[in-house]
Amino acid sequence: MSANRRQFLLSTGALLVTAAWPTISFSQTEPRRGGVLNVHLGSEQRILNPSLRASTGVYIVTSKIIESLVDLDADGKPVPQLATSWTSSADGKTITFKLREGVKWHDGKPFTSSDVQYNALELWKKQLNFATALQLYLHAVDTPDAHTVVFRYERPMPLDLLLRALADLGYVVPRHVYEKTNVLENPANTAPIGTGPFRFVEYQRGQHIIAERNPNYWRKGLPYLDRVVWRIITDKSAATAALETGQVQLSAYSQLSLADLDRLRKNPKFEVRSKGLEANVFNNTLEFNFRRKELSDVRVRRAIVHAIDIGFFIDNFLYGLGKPATGPIPSSSSFFPKGSKPPYPFDTKRAESLLDEAGYKRGKGGVRFTLKLVPIQNGEDVPLLATFVQQSLEQVGIKVEIVQYDIAGALNAVYKDAAFDIATGWHQYRGDPAVSTTVWYRSGSPAGAPWTNQYGWKSDKVDKLIDDAATEIDPAKRRALYADWVKAVNEDLPIWMATEREFYSVVSRNVQNGHNNARWPSSSWHDTWLKA
Amino acid sequence: MRLFALAGRRLLAALPALLIILAGLFLLLQLAPGDTVDALVAQMGGGDATMIANLREYYRLNDSVSVRLGDYLWRLVHLDLGHSAIYGKPVALVIAERLPATLLLMGSSLAIAFAVGMAFGVLAARRVNRWPDTLISTLGLVFYATPSFWFGLMGIFVFAIWLDWLPSGGFESIDVSLHGLARVADIAWHLTLPTVTLSLIFLAVYLRIMRASMLEVSTQDFVRTARAKGVGETAVVVRHMLRNALLPMVTLIGLQAGTMLGGSVVVETVFALPGLGRLAYESVVQRDLNTLLGIVFVSALLVIAINFLVDLLYARLDPRIAGTH
Repeated sequence: MSANRRQFLLSTGALLVTAAWPTISFSQTEPRRGGVLNVHLGSEQRILNPSLRASTGVYIVTSKIIESLVDLDADGKPVPQLATSWTSSADGKTITFKLREGVKWHDGKPFTSSDVQYNALELWKKQLNFATALQLYLHAVDTPDAHTVVFRYERPMPLDLLLRALADLGYVVPRHVYEKTNVLENPANTAPIGTGPFRFVEYQRGQHIIAERNPNYWRKGLPYLDRVVWRIITDKSAATAALETGQVQLSAYSQLSLADLDRLRKNPKFEVRSKGLEANVFNNTLEFNFRRKELSDVRVRRAIVHAIDIGFFIDNFLYGLGKPATGPIPSSSSFFPKGSKPPYPFDTKRAESLLDEAGYKRGKGGVRFTLKLVPIQNGEDVPLLATFVQQSLEQVGIKVEIVQYDIAGALNAVYKDAAFDIATGWHQYRGDPAVSTTVWYRSGSPAGAPWTNQYGWKSDKVDKLIDDAATEIDPAKRRALYADWVKAVNEDLPIWMATEREFYSVVSRNVQNGHNNARWPSSSWHDTWLKA
Repeated sequence: MRLFALAGRRLLAALPALLIILAGLFLLLQLAPGDTVDALVAQMGGGDATMIANLREYYRLNDSVSVRLGDYLWRLVHLDLGHSAIYGKPVALVIAERLPATLLLMGSSLAIAFAVGMAFGVLAARRVNRWPDTLISTLGLVFYATPSFWFGLMGIFVFAIWLDWLPSGGFESIDVSLHGLARVADIAWHLTLPTVTLSLIFLAVYLRIMRASMLEVSTQDFVRTARAKGVGETAVVVRHMLRNALLPMVTLIGLQAGTMLGGSVVVETVFALPGLGRLAYESVVQRDLNTLLGIVFVSALLVIAINFLVDLLYARLDPRIAGTH
């Protein structure tokens, strides 16, 4: 741990290091220009355009080439990138951004407010997942001059929500390249053009993506790196081997197997860290289908949660990488209700008595009833949790059958056909509950939309809290509304957030200025450099 | 000439089979739950209902199965393999990009498996029931029984991580741009481990077949006659026994062409090679129907072509085969 901290200090401030760690050699505290950073990319991306596709897989590559209006700093607070300042009107319906001047696209044309206008109205509002909901009430974007852009909303838009969301959902691609074309088939989707520190060079399908230094970058003298190369390695063991042989120097967002993450922690060549990835936190989830009579009874849902020793699961199956969640908002978020505890701690006796009370006594062979469990396979831990749930519930007399699908099949079974009783999956928290968390609880989503409320559960009280919080512009009131909301959903337990987990990066110790903001693998790397 | 007529007939006969395979696969894949938009949304980590509905419209997933199948076959008649939903470009182009790596891997693995398998088989047969035979047969059994992903990972562990002799994956070096012979050498260097990994299991099969075949031929009358005529031992083995023992080996090449394509999925994944096998796997996971059908089409053509070559080889090895047809 102390080695990690030392490395972190070294990468954040040379002065600080000089004072605090006099034993470190100083020869390399001065950033070195040059070098190639090789990065592991675990899955091939269909489209390299963060204005069309919001996902970490896209950001790992494109955020070096294309920039968003704001980025986050080390504490997760929004900081200027393409936008230099922002103000909100008193009613929260008008938000004005000042844009950076003197920025040029990689093809030489100037970056202006008209680019932002086009992205907001045509791409974010119409095409970009998560942003179509975020920008639902955006009705106009004005461009009073080339470097001012005014977002006009029909309902109040909390400034903190918008800024936090824009770090991921505010990437800007050039209007002159996309306008009047078929946006989904535009060749720039796989040969991106942006304003970022690196220029796209080539994308060899199945092999690699290369970007090189942008000599005309607006941060003068940066970036330090000559090139960034993303190597597409889909097999987790092969990716670990690539790290160990030095073929790649970074694997972010926990793309390696848990066993390898644990093993590499002991390897002095690497640092395994979650600091620098705080903006993305995720939960292991347990979804209940309320169309099943037994599960629509809150006592049964509570009994199920009481029956699962999630602490044991984390220690033994996840190598201790995580902790029991206390609700849908993670403890690292500013919306986290202080002092929250897991609402239903492990207690099989309590579970049994709740089930008896609900009227499901043990029958033949000690079985109360049988449930069908669908694991939504987007991580090796999901089927592990499914098995653990199966074994835990057997102890209290609930028999569980696991039905296996691949991810497309599982999403279909759970979110379209409702062909499940319980499901295990992942939830990702994206900086603000309104971005991608409340849709898990808000009723009224059309069937077939994954990771939205398709469980047959509805609460007018919760719906109202969600709607109110999404348009509340007073940050303190907003926090209070979310605290009420957490209380309400913990009470009724429509979904159980089982664990709270961080993403991990494995990074070579040669990489300097790494992980110096809250979403570093998804940020621009303009100041990252490599030790010789 | 008669041989070419035979091959032509074979090719014509393969056409209806090809059609049935493609239509069957198309219908079979309709049974898989989830479509390409489900897979896409899974990769994005979520999205809302309107966006998803728009994408379904865009990929024309709302049309009926019969309309889409009809469309596909009609396009196939024009030799148009369609558009890939994953890569957003023509399937023919996507496959053309991936084919070289697979062909190279398959070709070199087959060559190694065949050559080494033959040599070991002959050696084992010549020393039957003595220690070289026992050793070779045991090795063959081990190669055959071990899954190729394990061999691959062990190969990476020993030769890439531990000894640092060979690259752990990839098709060629990308830090430096190489041309001509240097590039060929570089690719060969990268393909060493994958080729050996893929060839081991096939090598074991060839070894067993060659050994059995040699033993069988050695008891035949013409071998005894040759020996009785006083032909030297080497000449007996090479000219009389080997040529006859090779027939079942050649048959096996035709049969294994398809299997090898399947086996390359694992090897391409473990070694991060941009080949057809991995593309096929990716297309299934991403429900990219056009690409998958395109791969099946190309693989079928490949198997037909290899079998055609095998037919030619037959005639060379045993003139009676060309004669009887």
